[in-house]
Amino acid sequence: MITLPVESRKTSHIRLTLNGEQVDVSFAPYKTLLEILREDLGHTGTKHGCELGECGACAVLLDSKPVLSCLVLGVECDARNVLTVEGLGLEGNLHPLQDAFADLGAAQCGYCTPAILVTAKALLDQQPQPSRDQIRVALSGVLCRCTGYLQIFEAVEAAMVKIAEQNGAAK
Amino acid sequence: MPNQKDSPDRSVKDSQANGEVLRVIGVPRRRVDARAKVTGQTRFADDIVLPRMAHCKLLRSPHPHARIRKIDASRALAHPGVYLVLTGKDLPTEYGILPVSQDEQALCLDHVRHVGDPVAAVIAREELTAFEALDLIDVEFEILATISSPEEALATPAPRIHDYGEEGNVHKRVALEFGDVEKSFAEADEIFEDTFFYQGSTHLPIEQHAAVAIKDPEGKLTVWSSTQTPHYLHRALAKVLQMPAAHVRVIATPNGGGFGGKSDPFNHEIVVAKAALLLDRPVKICLTREEVFYCHRGRHPVLMKFKTGVKQDGTITGMHLQTLIDGGAYGSYGVASTFYTGALQTTTYHIPRYLFQGCRTFTNKPPCGPKRGHGTVQPRFGQEVQLDKIAEKLKLDPAELRLGIVESPNTVTANYLRLGTVNLSECIRRVVKASGWKEKFRQLPEGRGVGIACSAYLTGAGLAIYWNRMPHSGVQLKLDRGGGVTIFCGATEIGQGSDDVLAGIVAEVLGIDTFDIRLFTGDTDLGPVDLGSYSSRVTIMAGNAALQAAERARELLREAVAIRLEVPKERLRFADKHVFDSAAPEKRVPFHEAICLAEARFGTIGTVGSYTPPKSPALYKGGGVGPSPTYSYTAAVVEVAVNPVTGWITVPKIWIAHDIGRALNPPLVRGQVEGSVYMGLGEALMEEQEFRRLPKRLSHALVHKFPSMLEYKSPTSLDMPEVVTELVEQADPRGPFGAKEVGQGPLLPIMPAVANAVYDAVGVRIDEVPITPEKIMKALAEKKAGRAPRYGPNHFPHIDWPEALRVSPPWEGGDGNAVNDVPSHRKPRPEKDKVLSS
Repeated sequence: MITLPVESRKTSHIRLTLNGEQVDVSFAPYKTLLEILREDLGHTGTKHGCELGECGACAVLLDSKPVLSCLVLGVECDARNVLTVEGLGLEGNLHPLQDAFADLGAAQCGYCTPAILVTAKALLDQQPQPSRDQIRVALSGVLCRCTGYLQIFEAVEAAMVKIAEQNGAAK
Repeated sequence: MPNQKDSPDRSVKDSQANGEVLRVIGVPRRRVDARAKVTGQTRFADDIVLPRMAHCKLLRSPHPHARIRKIDASRALAHPGVYLVLTGKDLPTEYGILPVSQDEQALCLDHVRHVGDPVAAVIAREELTAFEALDLIDVEFEILATISSPEEALATPAPRIHDYGEEGNVHKRVALEFGDVEKSFAEADEIFEDTFFYQGSTHLPIEQHAAVAIKDPEGKLTVWSSTQTPHYLHRALAKVLQMPAAHVRVIATPNGGGFGGKSDPFNHEIVVAKAALLLDRPVKICLTREEVFYCHRGRHPVLMKFKTGVKQDGTITGMHLQTLIDGGAYGSYGVASTFYTGALQTTTYHIPRYLFQGCRTFTNKPPCGPKRGHGTVQPRFGQEVQLDKIAEKLKLDPAELRLGIVESPNTVTANYLRLGTVNLSECIRRVVKASGWKEKFRQLPEGRGVGIACSAYLTGAGLAIYWNRMPHSGVQLKLDRGGGVTIFCGATEIGQGSDDVLAGIVAEVLGIDTFDIRLFTGDTDLGPVDLGSYSSRVTIMAGNAALQAAERARELLREAVAIRLEVPKERLRFADKHVFDSAAPEKRVPFHEAICLAEARFGTIGTVGSYTPPKSPALYKGGGVGPSPTYSYTAAVVEVAVNPVTGWITVPKIWIAHDIGRALNPPLVRGQVEGSVYMGLGEALMEEQEFRRLPKRLSHALVHKFPSMLEYKSPTSLDMPEVVTELVEQADPRGPFGAKEVGQGPLLPIMPAVANAVYDAVGVRIDEVPITPEKIMKALAEKKAGRAPRYGPNHFPHIDWPEALRVSPPWEGGDGNAVNDVPSHRKPRPEKDKVLSS
């Protein structure tokens, strides 16, 4: 008789790139990417507010596109590229979005912040000069109950300017 | 930053800074915990993972009202991976946030009172296993009749939801009369009677409640929890687990949003604590979103009737307010909520005579409690919409009417609330000017409109939840030889920036940087008690405690440095991480050296500070709810666009001015204002904690209509209007560096301003929230049919009110006692004039 609980039967196995590093992970086959990140890979920066695809707090970038990690099965993620909030800044430096969010009051409780940050990054990667309305649309899948969103929009716009300056300087 | 005119004149010398220019306070700064938040390193309760940790799930009642006949957990216990099943008999001691409402059990012993009431707990090796095992617990219920509304509760004394309270299903009934209100109506030129309904809503923090408990190596209990009130949880755990409080440690993890929804001690916190003690291993629970809807403690649905007498110029002669409150299944903060529905009417406008009657009933729904603006939001909606109607009838501009009746600063109101600074008039003038009110009001094209409303809110509740003479907040400071400063305080970070308030104040006093400071907060073992993050109390109470501790530390350093530099200590200043002679700034020592000098002279440097609110002049029974050291004030103008064909309503722009006293960190203050505007808009337009009956062929049970974030509508980034925030800064001497509250007050004017703007736009009154297109359409249909252009309640049920406690207002010779109270309740007032004027 098998007395091993379902959750402990780690019969699925994938190899993915997480924040630029290759990782292997074994897990129970029903698990979502959210659960694997938080429970099996120790990346608790990604949050959850419903686990039903409603609140957006679990957003991560899967192959550079924002997805709700609570709606993605782990088994779908083999050989794919995942970026979470832990991978935003590089070598101890905050990403311009993180700096702007920190300085401009865009993170209050900080719970939706990781999801909003990665979603905003995907937007700026795609569209380096988004309008306020484009920012509103891009972030509309992540609920924030603290800020009223306005300081978030302003932080994204401030980061946009900073990134443009950095890119200009690099050229 | 755009939309912000909040820069105080930096050259203005501050009374509390001894004439020095402020370097930290009032300067826009990155908050101390910002880095953790933007890197995902803030450790929320569910982020805690411990070796050997087990997981807990609760079996919740599917019935709104039932007796538990039998529970058999044997099948669940036999399920592989299940460690423990707990039921009501394992945790029989009743608890509750208020001493007068100890009516909850961690697991219901024999009576479930709402869908979602917990019946049993499974603790298992894995979360999924625990979840599976819930299905294996056999519970036999005996279904009882459901009480679904306050009207039904009044009409249905049995079965009783609780065996305490006034009688039947009436939890609390109160009546307070301040002056002869009938006489005030006789003196009025016009009398207005209006009925309003304010729908319930929930906090919807994005973080679901979570808790982790361990029996630590010494055998004591530690509980991490997403709680706003670790001190009150500490007390509840000690009581229910029957352990010495000294053996219980509560650590409030940073809350992923609270808004009042994490202010009660919760069953799940007690259950994991019990399980950890029994199993001797860490036990965690994280609620599902559906369970968060069942925890609730949100906005009470309130039916209100206002009768207000006014003179032709808008002066109020008197007011009679009745409130009927849907409390849900438990007491929670409800007795306080009941008094709060009548407490703050007198704080904004002068009301010389006032009668308040409030009634809270039990119903078989998740318990209501404190949500941002606790109990004062609903009557504020009614009061401000009624004022709009009064202005129209008297042919007065509603902004001008309000300016004419604003209450004076430093007065004691009819119900004995002592006001501090009152800059409501300035708030009104600011939003009138910024919004172009005079060019817009009654002049915009059909379908566009503007509305104005005002409010006041407590800067901290004057009384603790349980009666005691001790401080409401304490701070300990430790200064180390390396120049580091550590703050220990029970204050709880729920996103509002309480850590940054503490760090900012200490940094300002000691002349250091906030990032030189380390904080240990929300931990009942490490820091002195702070009562919690509720009632907008942290800035004034923990802030003043921090100020006192920092000033005491500065004094020690000053003495030691004065000797070293051979200058009079009065000349020493603290800034830029140095202590220097203000007459000769080149004579200075670095801050860390100042600590070494002080330590050499006095020994280890640690100081404490504490804060106790001033005594209230409200001595009558019930006078404990409403007093505050000082009150914040807000005025808002909302512009709406209403489609007269579809009723669709949008809000393009809001102007809001808030009397903050002083903004300690302006971007955080603005965030609180805009966050309040956002949450208020949700309540104004869409948020509803609604219930429905299952079909008769099913159980006909009363169930939550939509316990999910998809169906419980809340505003998204697409819905948020442009907001122009203005801060009115006149330092209030009661606040640290003059600061008053900002976390709750700015929510209050939004809903009535929206309702008033809808009237300006399409000429219909929506006398209830949320203001939905359906309701606007119904009111427009009434208007078209030539009937009263209105949607809202028409009836307030008869309630057997008790004889009112009669308290003469201060201007009628009263002393704060009720003249008809039993003598033992009356408190001596030998120095009446002194108390009233202090």
